[in-house]
Amino acid sequence: MAGVGVKRLQAMVWFALLVLTVCAAGAHGLYFHIGETEKRCFIEEIPDETMVIGNYRTQMWDKQKEVFLPSTPGLGMHVEVKDPDGKVVLSRQYGSEGRFTFTSHTPGDHQICLHSNSTRMALFAGGKLRVHLDIQVGEHANNYPEIAAKDKLTELQLRARQLLDQVEQIQKEQDYQRYREERFRLTSESTNQRVLWWSIAQTVILILTGIWQMRHLKSFFEAKKLV
Amino acid sequence: MGSEAPSASSFQMLLLLLLLLLRAERLRGAELTFELPDNAKQCFHEEVEQGVKFSLDYQVITGGHYDVDCYVQDPLGNVIYRETKKQYDSFTHRTEVKGVYLFCFSNEFSTFSHKTVYFDFQVGDEPPILPDMGNRVTALTQMESACVTIHEALKTVIDSQTHYRLREAQDRARAEDLNSQVSYWSVGETIALFVVSFSQVLLLKSFFTEKRPLNRAVHS
Repeated sequence: MAGVGVKRLQAMVWFALLVLTVCAAGAHGLYFHIGETEKRCFIEEIPDETMVIGNYRTQMWDKQKEVFLPSTPGLGMHVEVKDPDGKVVLSRQYGSEGRFTFTSHTPGDHQICLHSNSTRMALFAGGKLRVHLDIQVGEHANNYPEIAAKDKLTELQLRARQLLDQVEQIQKEQDYQRYREERFRLTSESTNQRVLWWSIAQTVILILTGIWQMRHLKSFFEAKKLV
Repeated sequence: MGSEAPSASSFQMLLLLLLLLLRAERLRGAELTFELPDNAKQCFHEEVEQGVKFSLDYQVITGGHYDVDCYVQDPLGNVIYRETKKQYDSFTHRTEVKGVYLFCFSNEFSTFSHKTVYFDFQVGDEPPILPDMGNRVTALTQMESACVTIHEALKTVIDSQTHYRLREAQDRARAEDLNSQVSYWSVGETIALFVVSFSQVLLLKSFFTEKRPLNRAVHS
């Protein structure tokens, strides 16, 4: 009898922990303020085939009460993600609370832009919006308790999985480093070439212009009968 | 898993409750790179508990002289860290007050260069990989402690890779700037060369030409 009661209490505590964890995840520590139609962009320099997960939550400023409302339905945020070539990877409208995911197919600087397109703000909010944002890249994006439950892994297997993920991320970053270094080297060699050829060209032009000047002036002075 | 004996399960429950209370100390990390326009200031806020250690690393990646002003304010409004025109820095602090901490990056001293700033704000210690691992009763086995050591070492590797990547991005941006600047300046100099040489000839010729009613003024 007592054993059943204890088990029930344990289940309740587990449930409470789960709920609180979910709520804490929804708290999204870091936040900043943006204006009405202001666009905020963040840059993520990532190797290819890397997953990026972004969570955000918005709160509207209540002018009368002078506090931020806990949640406002009807607020929309537009999320736009551009890859290093400027191509749009993701361009979607989400609600006041959302989660966006994308996987990079080219290595480099990806730009994540957020802006609110809500026009209600001008009327009610006094133009201020609080945005909680959390962007997780690569291995940090993995949810290990979920993976453990899905693949039924023991603790040691889960730790090994985490280490494998970390090593994979390091490998990807090193490949990306090699690609960046090659680009850097090409740029430096191009600068070297340009400096060389332009210097030669300018010296040649200088000499030719000098010769032209002298010849032109000589013929001018001969015409003037001064020489 | 599960309870073999009532005492073990109640112990587990107590530890779970303890974990609930300790939840506040979980690691929260924000690592962001954003663009700071000229004459602008951008601020970020984070709610931190009392007695928790947080660290802020920041670095300017592109723009101008690669420097930025930064300050950190505690919930009472005291400025606990302030630096001007820094290229990169690292600041750690153990909080005395619970509340919302504010850190701002300012580019207000610059009139035309917008900057790209990277920052990494870490709060607290890393949580265990599974939520229920915080209630360990026994010590870690050799395998598990080896895993923990490797995990910490790999985190250091990833951190240093991040710093290397930021430095490389900075150098690469400078090299690409130099590359395009070389072209512009060379073309500009060639044009200036032609203009100056033609003007010299014209000016010299004008000295020796009879003065005509129409004054031909040649400016070089």
